[in-house]
Amino acid sequence: MQILFRFIIGGLVVSLFAAFADALKPKSFAGLFAAAPSVAIGTLGLTILSEGKLFAATEARSMIFGALALFFYAMAAMRLMMRYKLNAAPAAFSAIAVWIICGMGIWYVWLR
Amino acid sequence: MRVGFDISALKDTKWYELAVRFLFGGAITAITGMLANHYGPVFGGLFLAFPALFPASATLLEKHEQEKKRRAGIANTARGREAAALDARGAAIGSIGLVGFALIAWKLVPLSNGAIALFAALVVWVAISILIWRLRRHRLFLRKGHSGAASHAPVSSKGG
Repeated sequence: MQILFRFIIGGLVVSLFAAFADALKPKSFAGLFAAAPSVAIGTLGLTILSEGKLFAATEARSMIFGALALFFYAMAAMRLMMRYKLNAAPAAFSAIAVWIICGMGIWYVWLR
Repeated sequence: MRVGFDISALKDTKWYELAVRFLFGGAITAITGMLANHYGPVFGGLFLAFPALFPASATLLEKHEQEKKRRAGIANTARGREAAALDARGAAIGSIGLVGFALIAWKLVPLSNGAIALFAALVVWVAISILIWRLRRHRLFLRKGHSGAASHAPVSSKGG
């Protein structure tokens, strides 16, 4: 039941951010919202209520490193599209490997 | 370049595009919760910055740009890809702001009201992202020639 609740709240928050981004001008500015903390707001909000503040704060600390991995992910996706002429879908999905390597690497070295 | 809000642009968004984002967002929120419960908050927290939405938004953006060009009678597939690359650069800028969001949430959540702490973190994300986005225009952190065609392309973005 809690998973379903998380699914609905997460989906709503993400859709809200996406709709906001769609209405923003100039459109190049809307690209920022591809890295909006929409999942984080939904998840942390629910975690504070269900697990407590310390649990949520620990998640937020790990998120710092996840965000760094996201930076490298986005740079890799951009490079795959501009330099290697990959279309958006293959570039965006294959670059997830970069996020996994960075994220898991940081977790293994510093957070484990 | 002024930042504005055009509510009429929402008419262009199709229902299935919203559904895809809802599903992706809901799924990653649920999975993050499950990972945190199984492996602890240190591991689960990493996934708060998982690129759950970018693949969907970049793919839709590329499709929109290609459709727009096709309607205009131009068969230029590079245009959609350039628009998606511009979206990726926006995501890179936003991810730096996301580091600020996480830092503020980490420090403030245990000390204050959860909603206020998350709102403060959101304000920091917006501030850092806008600041870097504006600095980008002065090319303070882009390598020479790296901005390429994407940086000047007046494309429409459906990022989210």
